[in-house]
Order: sequence, then structure tokens, then C-alpha cells
Amino acid sequence: MTDSAPADARIPTDSLGNPITVPDSDDITVVEAPDGSRWELVCGLEVHAELATATKMFSGAPNNFGDEPNTNVDPVTLGLPGTLPVVNQHAVELAIRFGCAVGGPQSVRRSVFSRKNYFYPDMPKNFQISQYDQPIVVDGSLELPSGHVVGIERAHLEEDTGKSTHVGGAGRITGADHSLVDYNRAGVPLLEIVSRPHVRSTDQARQYVSELRSILVACGISDGKMEEGSLRVDANVSVRREGSAEIRTRCEIKNLNSLRSLGRAIEHEATRQAALHAAGEKVTQETRHWDEAQGVTGTMRSKEEADDYRYFPEPDLVPVDPSPEWIAEVAAALPVLPAARRARLAAATGEARTAESVVVIVDRGQDDQALLALAAASGAAARPDAADGSEVDASVVEAATAAPTGAKARVLVHIAQNLAAAGGADLAPERLAELVLLEVGGELTATQAKQVLAELVADPTATAAGVAKAKGFEAMDTGALEAAVDAVIAGNPTEWEQFRAGDPKVRGKLTGFFIGQVMKATKGQADGKAATALLTQRAADG
Amino acid sequence: MSATDAGSADTAVRIAAAVRAGERSALDVLEGHLARIDSAEADVHAFNLVTIDSARAAARAIDERVAAGEDPGPLAGVPIALKDNLCTRGVATTCSSRILEGWVPPYDATVVERVWASGAVPVGKTNLDEFAMGSSTENSAFGVTRNPHDLTKVAGGSSGGSAAAVAAGFSPIALGSDTGGSIRQPAALCGVVGVKPTYGLVSRYGLIAFASSLDQVGPFATTVADAALLLEAIAGHDPADATSIPQEAPRLLERLDEGVQGLRVGIVSELMGDGIHPDVLARVREAAEALAAAGATVEEVSVPAVTYGLSAYYLIAPAEASSNLARFDGVRYGLRVDGATTQEMMVNTRTAGFGDEVKRRIMLGTYALSAGYYDAFYGQAQKVRTLICRDLDAAYERFDVLLSPTSPTTAFDVGAIHDPLTMYLNDICTIPTNLAGHPAASVPFGTGADGLPVGVQVLAPALGEIPMFRAAAVLEAAAPAKGAHP
Repeated sequence: MTDSAPADARIPTDSLGNPITVPDSDDITVVEAPDGSRWELVCGLEVHAELATATKMFSGAPNNFGDEPNTNVDPVTLGLPGTLPVVNQHAVELAIRFGCAVGGPQSVRRSVFSRKNYFYPDMPKNFQISQYDQPIVVDGSLELPSGHVVGIERAHLEEDTGKSTHVGGAGRITGADHSLVDYNRAGVPLLEIVSRPHVRSTDQARQYVSELRSILVACGISDGKMEEGSLRVDANVSVRREGSAEIRTRCEIKNLNSLRSLGRAIEHEATRQAALHAAGEKVTQETRHWDEAQGVTGTMRSKEEADDYRYFPEPDLVPVDPSPEWIAEVAAALPVLPAARRARLAAATGEARTAESVVVIVDRGQDDQALLALAAASGAAARPDAADGSEVDASVVEAATAAPTGAKARVLVHIAQNLAAAGGADLAPERLAELVLLEVGGELTATQAKQVLAELVADPTATAAGVAKAKGFEAMDTGALEAAVDAVIAGNPTEWEQFRAGDPKVRGKLTGFFIGQVMKATKGQADGKAATALLTQRAADG
Repeated sequence: MSATDAGSADTAVRIAAAVRAGERSALDVLEGHLARIDSAEADVHAFNLVTIDSARAAARAIDERVAAGEDPGPLAGVPIALKDNLCTRGVATTCSSRILEGWVPPYDATVVERVWASGAVPVGKTNLDEFAMGSSTENSAFGVTRNPHDLTKVAGGSSGGSAAAVAAGFSPIALGSDTGGSIRQPAALCGVVGVKPTYGLVSRYGLIAFASSLDQVGPFATTVADAALLLEAIAGHDPADATSIPQEAPRLLERLDEGVQGLRVGIVSELMGDGIHPDVLARVREAAEALAAAGATVEEVSVPAVTYGLSAYYLIAPAEASSNLARFDGVRYGLRVDGATTQEMMVNTRTAGFGDEVKRRIMLGTYALSAGYYDAFYGQAQKVRTLICRDLDAAYERFDVLLSPTSPTTAFDVGAIHDPLTMYLNDICTIPTNLAGHPAASVPFGTGADGLPVGVQVLAPALGEIPMFRAAAVLEAAAPAKGAHP
């Protein structure tokens, strides 16, 4: 890597004064400028997560989405004269959970609320209470399913604003006839999670948000519903010459409300900046919005005209200083997080942590089902509380690891592919284990197993053996299979000559033809793999 | 010219005892006070609003409870005046500002709830300098409050209405708020007792904020015992105020007679020199002698940082005020002056709604918090604040209470002070207490050559209310008889 940044440039620092670092990656989005120069992405993400509390950040008004406008309000929410904020301890606990999840107990700090002052009608006090220079969480990280690690600079608590609806004048505040304000959202607790500029590709951006969402949901911190605005993403985007270590001016793109627009907006913005740099023009540090319909970003406000927020410590609140005991208690109660669950499933099944089946299964929360099925398949004693299907402890993982290798592969395939639909996750692991053992034992083909599995999901009382028998899926003995294959060869001499001739392309095509004929003759009972092996053997035999 | 002293023997302690014992009717007590309001309020203008009907209903309810054998509480039947920056459910609360025009709070301030729960009878909302910004109650959108001792003089401020109401006998007790001296200075000028409690001892919930880290609600009374009685009723933890100290109200009344034998009293040297009227200095020295005569040890003590108090205060208080007052924008309540855009409406509303002093402090505070100036102004002021706390802490290692003037002068003429900086100097003795979060009381102690009351200030460390009240009680007993002008 060549370093083409000016030698006298000051080292850029983050909001807490730490030097900014940008990691390398084998997945970097590179965009091309019109002059053919190539520019790589440097991106950091700010995610606002609405916390899953019953009440608001600083008052007892309900925190509930979708209610009639201005019903979830009280004097504090409306900022009536004389009212005072009181910190919601549950919101603090959820922030502690997040800190423990992404950085461990040492990431949770004594924090101070400040006032961010600016005038806007949907902000009842005309200041927002937010943590500024002393956030509750610092210095965490997130391992993406791809294995790439994104640093988390900080996460801080704050209150949400209300929602304005501008009537007339193209729906923006400028030129509107009048505006309506709904304060139901005002004061809803938010955790603003700020990543380091460690996101190097659009795919990593999507993975980061998706992984973050999984953690927030798994820990009960937020419901994570992007469509309801529970998760809102801003992207800080800059580019640099491919292979350089520059830190160039960034732009912030606001309110990217789906994973799709996140990737598109980042790519578009990177391309826009690359074109400017290549043309020798300046990228202005500014806030931009994403126009989903046009597929472009546009200026919202530039840094030069940005408000001076006149932050100062909120005098109505005292610092939030969670005791080490409280933090330890919260840390101990955390569930196993997605990255650890992927690692656990991968270790037990011998797959890579980044394998698609592992990622998909954990993302869907069906890794317990997989581990319990494998534990059952390895002959582990039935769980005393098998009915609830949620208890995976070290002994289960150990038993799962001891399961036959063939069974591991089949369990992963079935859960990743055949149990994705509704009801699939509810299939008792023991029933899946029984099926897989039949399959591994050669008593069911993959095709048959898939059919049996569908029956098992549809009928909770059915057993794998019972369904197999009812469908007439009995394993053919080798002699019967040989007879069937030989009969098909004899019946199709022309094709067989072509097959024997051995052109790989032709042979591949004709394999499908012959197996289809064998399946037809055996009414689907033949094992396709065994039949293919027989065909190859007969051709070799001459 | 004087409107004082009528019914001054009617203390809250006596009224409550008589009403609870069924010896006096709360309604009769009230009518006596309403009659005084009727005769003198037009001259004094202590109130923005007198709530006659609700006061009568409240007094009747007290009498009914006594008749039914119930105890209405420690303030049973005691009329009380409430500063008009304390929210009262269903009763207009104005902060003496046009900007709150038409606003009626849907809730009671915690202190208002507590005085109701103690059996007191609120009689009205008292005038103040707009948003409690001022030292003379001349900055009110609804007119000046005059000093009942001499109607050509100011009552002090910002709680001038509450001080005047008590001095004029409109109510034996009143609530005010004190951000830089707004209880103690008008108490001194009106010749009544005024107490600023330890920050966090009394809930601020429902007190319309001026400067959140300095504001504190406290009592006015004609006697030290009445002030103690009222403070006991309003103090104690409130979960609605995060800065409220999590402990019960101190028991003050039962300690008042303990005297000052062995109490260590320090006279603050820095507050006994330039800028303080000789008459005032003389009364403070006499007060010190009175304490010494009662068995206290008295010495001078230097608290160097207090001289920077005023400068620090006039950065911190306006900074917080600029943010606290941002919510008055015409969007949700109060005055709205229309404009072509939302922003124009906000500007028009605030331009029309706020008075000059409020605008001055909003601008000052906005400037002090601005990027590039924060460290030099707000940040530096907070450092001075820390220094003041440190110097006071050092003094309290050697002394139990400190003594100083409350106000540099006696009451001045209405309209005499035009220069804001000169007006700010009125608070030079009271401000350090607010910056430190400590309690302080002003006790009437004789008069100046002009015949107007002088107040002596007793300062104490955080939660030092008990020694402070003991010293105040001794000063009250030793003070030259009321009305006996030298």
C-alpha cells in the first residue's frame, strides 16, 4: 500500500479524540471515475436504534409505535414549562447490554447527558437531551458473517424528536401552508451507535446493519424494525485512491431506511465523490439525503451553514454511573450472540464460520434446532425439557460434535434449505434426527428425505419411519438397482453408445437422462448417487 | 406611605395551631388577609392574580376537615402566596411574561402539591421580574411591585411580589425562587425572613426554570419559625426531580431554640468592603456581636473566590437560561405571533413576548455557549464555580456558619437603576451561595438611616440548614424591635 496523504496532514481523529484508522479488507468496493481512475470506499455507519422500553427516555409516557397522534404524551414529553427529565433506568440497562455485547463490561462508562440546542417545531424543548463527549458505550466491535471486523467508536443515549407533516408546498417545511406535529415519538429512547470507518464495501455495510440488528433483537434492546423507523441508518462516505491510505472529506447520507437503499446510496455517493476528486474539484463536507426514486443523493445542508448546537452538560440530570456490579449482572444475563453462535455451530459441524448454511441458520435463529438434532443423532439422552427446544448447553454442543459427519451435512442442508418455510423452525430436533439417521443409513435417498421432511412438518404426530413406509420408500437392495440400471441401458442402446464414447459434456447430459429413466422405472425409490456410480462403472466395464 | 405590620402577629405557627385545635376558622383567617389585600394591593401590586374563590373554597374545606375531626396538616388554614413561576394546575402561570399569555398549567409544581397537602390556603400568584431575571421586580410585564415599607421604593427581586405580600400582611408566608439571591435580597429589602435552601433539598419540578443548576424554591415568612415550618413542608426527596437529594426533609422547628453556644461564626471579609453601604455594614457587625453575646465565637474569614462570583454567575445563569427559554416559541402554548414561515413565527413570537432583560440574557448566554467561545466563557465560569466551592469548603472546615450582608443597600427608588450592570451588583453577596449549592437565610436586623429594613445573611454548608436556622433564630431575637427606626 502506498501512502499518498500529505506528509504534514494532521492525523484525523474521531469524536472522542482517537486517531482514525481504516482497515484493509479482501472485499473493498472500488468505483471508477470518468477518467478511468479507481477509488476505494471508506465508510462509517451511524445507526439510531429505538429502544424497546415501555416508557420514554425521560418520562412515564408510553413508548409505542403507530398510536393516534399526540396520545403518547405527558407534560414532560411536551416540554411544558417547569417539567424536568428523569432518566429511564431500563433504557440505561439496554445501553449497558449493548456495551457488554459489543465490547464487554469495560466498554460501559460513566456518562453525561448534554443539551443539543437548535430550534425545530418537532422538538418540544428546542433542545435535544443527548450524550455528547461522555457516551455510555465506547470502543466495541462487531464481527460480520464474512469475518470482517467493524470497530464501534461509541454508542450514546438520547431522546427522539416528534414528527412533522408539512401540508402543501411539496411536503417540505419551506413553502408549506401549515405543519402538523405528532409528539408521540418525541422522547422515545434512542441508542445512537457510531461505527468506525471500517466499512469497506457495500456488502459489508449491509452485513453490518443486519448483524447489528440481530444483536439488538437477540438482546431485547430494540425490535429492530427498519420499516417502522426503529432502526435508522446514516452513512458517512468518503473515497480514496485505490491502494492509498488517505482520509478524504466525507459526506453524511441521512436516513437510509432499507438495506437495499443503504448499498445503493453508498455506491452512488462514492461514485459521485470519485468523479469530483478525479476532476480536481472539492468534495464539500455536508449532509445529503438519498432520493430512492431517482437513485441519487442531494445536498440537505452543508457543514458551513450547519447549526452551532451549543452543547453543554444537561443541568437537570446527574451523570449516569452504573456500578460494576450492575454491569456484571447485565453482562452475565446476555444471550449467546450471533457471532458466537456461528462459531459454535461451525465448530460442531466442521463447517467454516462464514459458510452460507451456517450464516443463514444462525440468522434465522435455527442453530439450536441444528445442534439439538445432531446431539440426538449422536445418541445423546433425550433432553428433560425437550418440549421447549431452547436449551443448548455445553453438553449438547459436545454431543452434536460427536454426531456422524454425514448427519452433520444433512442436518445443515435440511435446516438451511428445507426448513426455511413457516413451521420449519418448530420441527422437534429429535424428529429431524430420526430422519437424518435413516438417510445416513442409506434407507432414504435425499429426494425421499425431503418429501418425508415436508410430511413431518405438516403432521406433528408423524414419524420419519412411518412416513417413509407409508410412501413406500424402502431402500432397494443392490441387486434390484443393478437390474433396473441394466434394463434401462438395454432399452436405450443409441444413448448408451454416446455415453460410453465418453465426451464429458455429452456424458453429463446423458447422466440426467439415464437417472431419470431409472427413477421412472423404480418409481423414485432408486438412490440417484448409487445409480450414477453404477452407470459409470458399466461404461468402464465396457 | 407604609403598608406594613398590619396583622404581623398572625404568624403561620400560631394560625396553624389555632386552626388545628378548632380555635380559629381558616375562613376567618383568610378573610382577614383578603381584607388587607383589598385595602393595600392596589398600591403594592404584589400579585399577578389573587385567587379569591379557590382560596375561600380551600379555607372552607379546611374548616370542614377540622370539624370532622381530621388534621389538615402543619400549615392548616395558613394563607400562602405563590411566586408566579410555580406551576399551579388550572391557574394561569405567567412568569410575569407576555410570552406565557393564556397558558394554564395542567399540573401543580411539587412544592405547590406539598403546600396543599399541608393544609395551606393559596391566595394568589405573586409578581416577579420576568422569568426571575432581575433584582427589583421592575422587569415585570405586568407592572412594578412596590415596597410596603415605602411605596416609592422597590421590593427587590426577583421574588419581589412574594416578599411584599408577606411584608404587607397579605399572607403570613410565601414561596419564592432564588437563582442568585431572588429570595434573600427582596426579603432583606422588605424586612422579612427569606431562605434559599440547599440545592436539591426542595424539588424544582414545576418551577419554571431560569438557570437549572442554580434555581431553588424557598420560603418567605415574618418569623424564622414560620420559615422553618414552611421549609419542612416543602423539602424532601421528589422522584420527578433528578437533582433532588434522596433524603427526608430536615426537622428544623424542634431545633430552633438550641441557641448558638459554641457555634463558630465567620464574617466573610470579601463581602464587608467596597460597594456595601456603611449602614448595612454596621448592622452586620451588630448582628455578629449579638451572636457572640449569645455564646458563638466570631471571627473574620477570607473566602477569596467569592469576588469572582458575579462574573461567573452572569455567564452560567444566562447560558442555562438561553437553553431553558428556547421552548417558548409559539408552537405549543402561550403567545403566538404569526409569520410567513414557522421560523418567522418563532422570531415574531419571541420578539413580542420577551422583555429587554430576558432578551439580553438569552443573547449573552447564547454567545457564552457558542462554538469557539465555550471554553473561554462557560467553561471558565464553571472553573470559577469550582474555586468558589473549594474556598467555601475551606472556610467551613473552621466555621459552622458564615455571616455577610444580604444586599449592599436598603431598598432603592423605583426607576433609580437603569444600568443592568449596576443592577447586577445587588446580588454580589447572595450569588456565591447559589454557585456552591449551599443554603443561606436573610434575617431582618434593624434599619438603615433611611428607616428601611436591613437584612443580614447567614450562610451554611450544604445541608447545614439546622445551624443556619439556629443562628437566624438568635439574630431574630436580638434584632432591634420592628419599626423602631434609629
